[in-house]
Amino acid sequence: MTNPTLAAGAVERHLRARRDTGRGLLMPYVTGGITPGWTDYLRAFAAAGADAIEVGLPFSDPTLDGVTIQQAGHTALARGASTRRILADLSGMPDLDVPLVASTYYNLVLHDGPEAFCAALRRAGVDGLIVPDLPVHEADELTEVAAAAGIELALLASPATPEPRLAEISSRSRGFVYAVSLMGTTGERAALAASAAELTARIRRGTDRPVLLGFGISTPDQAREAGRHADGVVVGAAVVRRVLDGAGPDDLRAFVATLRRALDQEV
Amino acid sequence: MQDVLPWREPVPLDGTMGEPRARGRFGEYGGRYAPESLVEACREVDGAFREAWADPGFRGALARLLAEHVGRPTPLTPARRLSEALGVQLYLKREDLTHTGSHKINNVLGQALLATRMGRRRLIAETGAGQHGVATATAAALLGLEATVFMGERDIERQALNVFRMRMLGAEVVPVTTGSRTLKDATSEAMRHWVGATGDSHYCIGSVVGPDPYPWMVREFQRIIGDEARGQCAAELRTGVPDYVVACVGGGSNAAGTFAGFADTPARLVGVEAEGGAGAARGRLGVLHGCRSLFLQDDDGQITQAHSIAAGLDYPGVGPEHAHLRDLGRARYVTVTDDEAVGAAVRLARTEGIVPALESAHALAWVIREAGGGDLPAGSTVLMTLSGRGDKDVSTLKELL
Repeated sequence: MTNPTLAAGAVERHLRARRDTGRGLLMPYVTGGITPGWTDYLRAFAAAGADAIEVGLPFSDPTLDGVTIQQAGHTALARGASTRRILADLSGMPDLDVPLVASTYYNLVLHDGPEAFCAALRRAGVDGLIVPDLPVHEADELTEVAAAAGIELALLASPATPEPRLAEISSRSRGFVYAVSLMGTTGERAALAASAAELTARIRRGTDRPVLLGFGISTPDQAREAGRHADGVVVGAAVVRRVLDGAGPDDLRAFVATLRRALDQEV
Repeated sequence: MQDVLPWREPVPLDGTMGEPRARGRFGEYGGRYAPESLVEACREVDGAFREAWADPGFRGALARLLAEHVGRPTPLTPARRLSEALGVQLYLKREDLTHTGSHKINNVLGQALLATRMGRRRLIAETGAGQHGVATATAAALLGLEATVFMGERDIERQALNVFRMRMLGAEVVPVTTGSRTLKDATSEAMRHWVGATGDSHYCIGSVVGPDPYPWMVREFQRIIGDEARGQCAAELRTGVPDYVVACVGGGSNAAGTFAGFADTPARLVGVEAEGGAGAARGRLGVLHGCRSLFLQDDDGQITQAHSIAAGLDYPGVGPEHAHLRDLGRARYVTVTDDEAVGAAVRLARTEGIVPALESAHALAWVIREAGGGDLPAGSTVLMTLSGRGDKDVSTLKELL
């Protein structure tokens, strides 16, 4: 069900409103269909203080994911997960009062066509979309279709992105700008990369849009540190590893709550 | 064969097999669907390649390497006994006679020289049959570069000889244990690795796939097959140009290089795919490994596993230019089975004294099947690229024969 308070532009309005209260933003990630009752994780994230939730639609050949998210995707697909089934699961959920952001590779968007894909996301109550293999210069085909469907297409920026391109990404991204903290794949890291602060500062010089920092942010300390540079963080592999290790929704609620507290302490 | 598009009149087509259109497009295919972290690296490769390809010094250095180290030009061999039996005139473009034993070396030496020019000190590569890996390891050794080669575990098992060759040449071979443990997974892993290594490493893609400029660049480095064959046909054939130009297609690099020499002639171009890896003949529009092209997919849009006895054809898609040539009707894409390919390999061995790679045997299998009675009229002249030699496949063949 679509949350009636979250119409088009909902992700950005929601994140801006929370940021403006001085809150560090938190977007945990989980791979759709990873366990039989996977939507319980979303409830747990919301209860633990998530400001948005990223739901991965698994793809057979992820080219930007490290071993944890890869394994999660294969696990979900082996269980019979598909875009259709994951969106059906989401449609059956009560409102969480936080926007849902889908993420997947472009092949799955093209499979049904951008229009049908975005319409299906919208029907399932999804407000945003991240496509890691769709850089800004290839995004024309999806940008307008997504906007017309009320889906905010968030673009990624990386430490290697040069200035003019960064400006284009910042201006064309919707919902937020996804700052990739390091030159690497998704996955837990021992420390926050030095490139994270620099990239965030460069993005912020050109836009007031919320900036979420992702890739490698694994611990409350790293979240706190990232929160000093960006408006918030995306935490994926650290969450998913716990799910793969058998952690239930209550365990994940406790983990996400530690991230929440770390971000709140930073304020 | 109902899923194969019918022939159109094989006239030269403007813009075919030249430089891609804006944003690396061949028709609606191609592009640069790479993670943002790789876009700048692709742009650098594009700029460096354009500059190098326009530089006579670079071209001269590559030509010297190809002559002195690879053994180019490779011969055009008339397959006399087989031609007589089939009722067609079959000529073989002998890429199996290159140093390292396959056409892969043409592209790799070009990219390795480019990497040196760009100041990179390491090559990253993926390999299926191992031929591209061996070529990469060879070029790295020759030019004093490091090489890291990703290879699916399943391919490592069936291509043990090539794995040994790569290691002997000093390359690091990294087993890939994800997915089907074959070429597509090795390619994904190589791309993931490149994301973290763009500063000092060049990703040396082995076929006409990947983000722009790779499909174009690799085709240009392989164009030498077609250009040489064009000249050789002009000298050898009464008609000057063969009626048919045939090559096997996995990603499609030897076929693209061969076709490029004949795209502006009336020759009919035929790409032969493995029955279980027929991206051009049976694929659907999609995006994988950085380009928009035709890929084998299930009803949910997941890429499906390709199956072929030839590891080099075990790829679920085809390069974007092949997808475009298919749509134009300029090239036709057909399939043969594992059994047909094995039968063709044996027949070539026994009639011409040449053991072909199982990949190349697919192209030959189509010629054998269609000669005289099918799509290949009696008396036709046929140029077929023998993309590699069969040494690497003898253990596979030994189990079957």
